[in-house]
Amino acid sequence: MSVKKSILGLIFASMHDEAVIDLTKKRTMGSIPFAGRYRLIDFPLSNMVNSGIKEVGVITKSNYGSLLDHLGSGREWDLSSKHGGLHLLPPFSHVDSGIYRGRLEALNGVWDFVEHSSAEYVLMSDCDVVTTIDYRKVVDYHVSSEADITVVCGKYAYDSSKNQSATVFGVDEEGRINDVMINPQISGECCIGLGMFVVSKAFLKDIVVACASRGQYSFAKDILQARKDDFKIMAYEHDGYFSKIDTINAYYEANMELLNTENRNNLFIKSSPVYTKIRDNGPVKFGLESEIKNSLIADGCVIEGKVENCVLCRGVKIGRDSVVKDCVLMQDTVIGDKCRINSIIADKNVEIGDEKVLTGSETYPLYIGKKAKI
Amino acid sequence: MYIKKECVAMLLAGGQGSRLYALTQKVAKPAVPYGGKYRLIDFPLSNCTNSGIDTVGVLTQYQPLVLNDYIGNGQPWDLDKLHGGVHVLPPYQTSAGASWYEGTANAIYQNMSFIERYDPEYVIVLGGDHIYKMDYSKMLDFHKKNEADCTLAVFDVPYEEASRMGIMTCDDQYRVLKFTEKPKQPDSTLASMGIYVFTWSKLRKYLIENENANTGSKDFGKDIIPAMLRDQQRLFAYPFEGYWKDVGTLDSLWEANMDLLSPSVPLDLYDKKWKIYSRNNNMPPQYIGGSAEVENSMISEGSDINGKVDFSVIFSGVTIEEGATVNYSIIMPGTVVKAGAVVEYAIVGEDCVVNSGAKIGMSPEAVENRDEWGIAVIGHNVDVSEGAKVLPKQIISENV
Repeated sequence: MSVKKSILGLIFASMHDEAVIDLTKKRTMGSIPFAGRYRLIDFPLSNMVNSGIKEVGVITKSNYGSLLDHLGSGREWDLSSKHGGLHLLPPFSHVDSGIYRGRLEALNGVWDFVEHSSAEYVLMSDCDVVTTIDYRKVVDYHVSSEADITVVCGKYAYDSSKNQSATVFGVDEEGRINDVMINPQISGECCIGLGMFVVSKAFLKDIVVACASRGQYSFAKDILQARKDDFKIMAYEHDGYFSKIDTINAYYEANMELLNTENRNNLFIKSSPVYTKIRDNGPVKFGLESEIKNSLIADGCVIEGKVENCVLCRGVKIGRDSVVKDCVLMQDTVIGDKCRINSIIADKNVEIGDEKVLTGSETYPLYIGKKAKI
Repeated sequence: MYIKKECVAMLLAGGQGSRLYALTQKVAKPAVPYGGKYRLIDFPLSNCTNSGIDTVGVLTQYQPLVLNDYIGNGQPWDLDKLHGGVHVLPPYQTSAGASWYEGTANAIYQNMSFIERYDPEYVIVLGGDHIYKMDYSKMLDFHKKNEADCTLAVFDVPYEEASRMGIMTCDDQYRVLKFTEKPKQPDSTLASMGIYVFTWSKLRKYLIENENANTGSKDFGKDIIPAMLRDQQRLFAYPFEGYWKDVGTLDSLWEANMDLLSPSVPLDLYDKKWKIYSRNNNMPPQYIGGSAEVENSMISEGSDINGKVDFSVIFSGVTIEEGATVNYSIIMPGTVVKAGAVVEYAIVGEDCVVNSGAKIGMSPEAVENRDEWGIAVIGHNVDVSEGAKVLPKQIISENV
């Protein structure tokens, strides 16, 4: 039985920024462009809204200009509201908190905001996992299993040799977590954390206060790992499609995976739309000699050449007689005429002139920084 | 409390658009989809916003549900304002009784109290069925400079078309000397675009007089403009250059969509300085599959294309299966074209299903007698059954 519970959503927009350092030089994890027309934060934010959460705080650290621009008043997520709504929580909200070192310190810094909310439960999410999930089910599970903390987990082919990072959990038959490994040197299918947690507000307050007094700041180390025997920490297994963005290769692959129709249908579910900032572009225009195969294309693109196995963000332009394969091109990238472009990730506003040849490898795509002119 | 506005726009959106047949059976003409992601009303609304006019009354009457939903609070056009903004104005009952809007002038007359709340100097009257980008503030400047009582936007049309339009004869300062509806022998090619700027005090007087005279038509073109000319008021024609298309008929709606695919047509939907805004439907990017062949077309969000698409405008959420062919056609939102179906020279409405083997429309070359050729049209929510044939010029509004 599901009882309607009041839930406060908290999104950590800057957690894991260091995992994809190229992409977060001038932005947060949450504002990385993804799947053509989205930013990573759109996924947790839309999941929260679609799960009936009406009050969301977004915790940032640094480089959050693009994030503020993207979120605005929260109107596009239906979070521009008199009661609750979207709250941006930059780190300066507390004089004594400074720049936080971990999740617990971040929570301590924004505690006044959390305290002010009348919600009984707090759902926390990072931005490095792309998925569609109903958080109501997670909270119901948290309540019915009488957990202190519920961690959303997923089955995942983890491989530390690819520089992946993850929190790997051991789970007993009842679903209780009995082992917590942070970035272990192993490979194979594991139960990994998806960076989403449910706790009651009262419990969260206790641990935030207790850890602050001891100078502890890491939720994974100081709570999940150190206190797994004291607290009842339950694993909620999310069996839906997800991708985890913890390296630039993983970012590339997560985009490419969406060219598979099944993956796409599992991420973009009609009953839970993914909301994002509107740009009011024209529709995509395909020229007289365009040829497109197996590509995901966002609004406002103008394509005159050949495109195969690509993810194109909004406003990308591709010139005549150019051939673009296996690429992720972010907003407003312009590729001239007669180019041959293979396996690159072009950040926003990259300009590539006529008759250029650029080739990365499918296993190691070439990254081109924001506003580069080639 | 109302803050004074220099200019209020009144958008006439109540017309049935009966010449669009199946496409306007259940929706008002200004809500008809156009250009892959727009509805006709996006053009005048976006023009208002881009011209700095932030107070717009939209007069609705015929089938307003879709239109009302679409306009909502006006936010997509930046018309959700503390002062002004967009207001939907249906006819209403008063202590004197109730009546429908009887004509364009009567519709404005019935909403004089809406206009007066803003105490404007000028009122601009717009239609909801033209595709164009126009800076109304320049027209307003022209009106002020001429100390005009009324300024009518005009478009220079080919001589052979002039006899179907309202034609303005002007002196060399563009002062209007004569206005003739559908002249048999036109002495000018300046056609009225149905866009009027009035000095409000003057328009107010003529609206009341016209109402009392009870001419039976209560129309701007038939009554107000001729009456102002008779009284030698200062009427000026404001020449508009650029793309302007009346989409009053099925053929012209099809042509206006095809114009978007022509590199020589000067209607730029990608101009960041003059965006055309529309209500967004939160769909993922479009996917073009491995078996797709897409050329010279315009395609919108959420579409899934695996078939052949050539010279076509595809709206959002459309599925075109592998083995389906769409040529020279317009496919409106949510429609599915199944494998083996062929759609040529056609308009297919919203949320239709074209089953496999169905054949809609034909190319002009495939028709023996050219007079029998025309666009095939499928209305909204229609199922076209397996193997069904829809001939050129046929208009279908029920399942076949």
